[in-house]
Amino acid sequence: MSAPVTMRVEEAPPLTALRRKDLLGIADLTPEEISLVLDTAEAMKEVGERPIKKVPALRGKTVVNLFFEPSTRTRTSFEIAEKRLSADTLNIAVASSSVVKGESLADTALNLEAMHPDMIVLRHSSSGACHLLSRICRSAIINAGDGMHEHPTQALLDAFTIRERKKRLAGLKVAIIGDLLHSRVLRSNIHLLTKMGSDVWVCGPPTLIPADIARFGVRATSNVDEAVAGADVVMLLRIQLERMEGAFFPSLREYFNVFGMTEARLRRAARDVIIMHPGPMNRGVEIASEVADGPYSVILDQVANGVAVRMAVLYLLSGGAGDEAAA
Amino acid sequence: MSVVMDADRIGRTLTRIAHEILERNRGIDDLALVGVRTRGDHLARRLARGLREIAGTDVPTGALDITLYRDDLMRHAVGPQPLVRRTEISFSIDERKILLVDDVLYTGRTTRAALDALIDFGRPRSIQLIVLVDRGHRELPIKADYVGKNLPTSVEESVQVYLRESDGRDEVVLQQGGPA
Amino acid sequence: MKRLLKGGRVIDPANGIDGRRDVLIDGDRIARVDHDLPADGAAVVEVPAGLVICPGFIDMHVHLREPGHEHKETVATGTAAAVAGGFTAVACMPNTNPVNDNANVTAYILAKAAEANLARVYPIGAVSRGSNGELLADIAELRQAGCVAITDDGRPVATALLMRRAMEYAGMFGIPLIEHCEDPSLKGDAVAHEGYHAAALGLRGMPGACEALGVERGILLSEVTGSAFHVAHMSARASLRAVRNGKNSGIRVTCEVAPHHFTLTDESLGSPIPYDTHTKMNPPLRETVDRDAMLSGLADGTIDAIASDHAPHHYDEKHVEFDRAPFGIVGLETAVPLSLDRLVHTGLIGLQRLVQLLSVNPARILKVPGGTLSPGAPADITILAPDLAVRVQAAQLRSRSKNTPFDGWELRGGVAATIVSGRTLYVNPAANVPDGL
Repeated sequence: MSAPVTMRVEEAPPLTALRRKDLLGIADLTPEEISLVLDTAEAMKEVGERPIKKVPALRGKTVVNLFFEPSTRTRTSFEIAEKRLSADTLNIAVASSSVVKGESLADTALNLEAMHPDMIVLRHSSSGACHLLSRICRSAIINAGDGMHEHPTQALLDAFTIRERKKRLAGLKVAIIGDLLHSRVLRSNIHLLTKMGSDVWVCGPPTLIPADIARFGVRATSNVDEAVAGADVVMLLRIQLERMEGAFFPSLREYFNVFGMTEARLRRAARDVIIMHPGPMNRGVEIASEVADGPYSVILDQVANGVAVRMAVLYLLSGGAGDEAAA
Repeated sequence: MSVVMDADRIGRTLTRIAHEILERNRGIDDLALVGVRTRGDHLARRLARGLREIAGTDVPTGALDITLYRDDLMRHAVGPQPLVRRTEISFSIDERKILLVDDVLYTGRTTRAALDALIDFGRPRSIQLIVLVDRGHRELPIKADYVGKNLPTSVEESVQVYLRESDGRDEVVLQQGGPA
Repeated sequence: MKRLLKGGRVIDPANGIDGRRDVLIDGDRIARVDHDLPADGAAVVEVPAGLVICPGFIDMHVHLREPGHEHKETVATGTAAAVAGGFTAVACMPNTNPVNDNANVTAYILAKAAEANLARVYPIGAVSRGSNGELLADIAELRQAGCVAITDDGRPVATALLMRRAMEYAGMFGIPLIEHCEDPSLKGDAVAHEGYHAAALGLRGMPGACEALGVERGILLSEVTGSAFHVAHMSARASLRAVRNGKNSGIRVTCEVAPHHFTLTDESLGSPIPYDTHTKMNPPLRETVDRDAMLSGLADGTIDAIASDHAPHHYDEKHVEFDRAPFGIVGLETAVPLSLDRLVHTGLIGLQRLVQLLSVNPARILKVPGGTLSPGAPADITILAPDLAVRVQAAQLRSRSKNTPFDGWELRGGVAATIVSGRTLYVNPAANVPDGL
């Protein structure tokens, strides 16, 4: 900055950059940073509505999509976002299982780092993989989902979608229903919505509720009707079919009967409730088809908004917003 | 620090530019105003109002956000960085004569970015540049077609335009040192 | 060769000594401990004020990794780390490769120990062949070869039936069964303590009950068989409660705690370094109430021993994603400073109690020589510098592996010197130890 100039300081200047190298989780973000991402995503959404859906903001930057878990939806969304910003994208899909060891994450990272990518978008099955990568690489790291820990861009696009429909986040009752224990989408959403002042209720069988959940600032219940009553937003989380083997619940049929979101259950929600799901859906398990395809569903909007939100994150982390971002 | 244009002067200058637009462009049917956010946008709307008062026609007006088109040198410019806002051009710019409006013409890089952005939107027949203040020190071969005021400055100085719509008053100020 | 350590504070609870005494060492034995002993041909060493002379410390839970995992540690490097940590003896776990389930492996370990000639090594043999929980190992042969206890550490004994049989059989020799207490089905693939911090970080958790179930099982079987049962690396308050009840009922149960379980909590999982694999061990770091329970157990006598559970792992093995990393941290060289700093200097326990925890009780539980400075006892001596400023530096550890969460910690209290069999094997250059010691 240049020599100081006298100015009337009424309030701190508005935030225009993310003051961090990486996006590892919503837990690290301030409400101001979250608002910045959502506001920037508004502008990015407009880019997607133009005939030429491209701006040069990330021209000459290399972004690597390093996916250790298969994911068509998230990876495609990131790829489109990167290309719309004119970045050079590179997709690396690593076939991995806990059985096949292969090259360590640390070595993969070091090899990649030697080629100086500007940003790495990482999806991995181990919680904390992004933190490890961040310690090894100078590139900006964007967490596209790490184990059961966080999926920050999902929560951001969920918030964007809610804000688009409801014009606000504060004061809304949001019910999140499903496999809470294993869900990274849940953790990111809890962090984001509580930071932004929503009234968050989480619901699922007791076997799938994480320990000490109240400490996250949410209400927890196994009674779906209680969770849905008056809710402005109902978010369903995917139930993995393998969970039956861990004796978390006896059968999908029973899960649907007790927790599945049906039109009947939905009647207790607010009149203008919106239905959300990060996808992919198990129809007839956590959500009935008539709800997924019904008038309250904004599930497809979530997907559409994903590109705009990811463009915003890429842009704000890339240093495109100024020197402050590099701090 | 000194006030180089007050509210009255700004108003008369914009009126004068509106007349110039009408004089130089035979028909105004294919004209459109696009203001560079944020202050260029306000100026464009004032010009549109002016044109309506003088000629009785509504010239389509849009707002262009060029944050995503800035080059490296612009990104390292001193001063608070702008928030990315939506571009709102609700009409087709194809075959139109676009009047690009900005508050201050300096290095020319903002205009360069605006031209890149506009061309992504379509194929205008021509683009003319309107600025309230031209302070010199061009780094690119850019020239304004309509200038409110030519203001020779040194690089240590800065020119700040304040408009009612965004800053609560109409004033163009020249001061020592970087912008506030 | 005689040496007279003159005028230092001597703590020898077995003989009711806590005060200034002279210690006469003759060759590899303690000759006498008393006031104002005559030199009588002995080399005299004036013990500076501030140093404390104790019977040699015994770490009863150490993984020396040899045979089979020499990239992590060897008997030589492990016993060097031991004496640097103030330990004159260690008991080493059988989860080597091959498992110490027969006399050949036991003899190998003892041969390596003799070759290194540093801290004494007391091997612990396996309960079952290969520690795979099916058939009993040749326990008599292991005893004969020099094993002082049996365990399948690394995992619990596979079934209650096998544990019962092992206890009955080992009861013939009066050796304890040391158990890594855990219910495998409850543990599943958990990597941390089940609680808020693991939940926030998305790590699978195991509750304290997982360990306590194993403790309760062992206590009941000890009651049934009358054999000695020792709880390894206890961490959960429910386990402490079970041990306390067991002792009150007269059951032959003893237990040990590792320094990390009375120092750290599961908060370390996320801070200062999120997902630091140096905070991953089994049993895991638990909640504050569990840590505090361990502290109270150390103070009120329920806990018998402090044992480090020294578990070296190579850098490459730990420099991975949290759920992929092996469990365990090194502990031989940080156990004494942590104990002094966190237990003695906080006023929780006195030095006498510390000596019981680190020397008297381990010797008693394992029935090995040591734990006292009685005339004729082996000249195994740990000399403490309780007010020494210690800075833990991972890179300087003598252990081959440096996997510790305490790197950079400033602690008050350390080891001045370690004497085994009358030979001074370690002197701390920072501790003002006189020449001739």
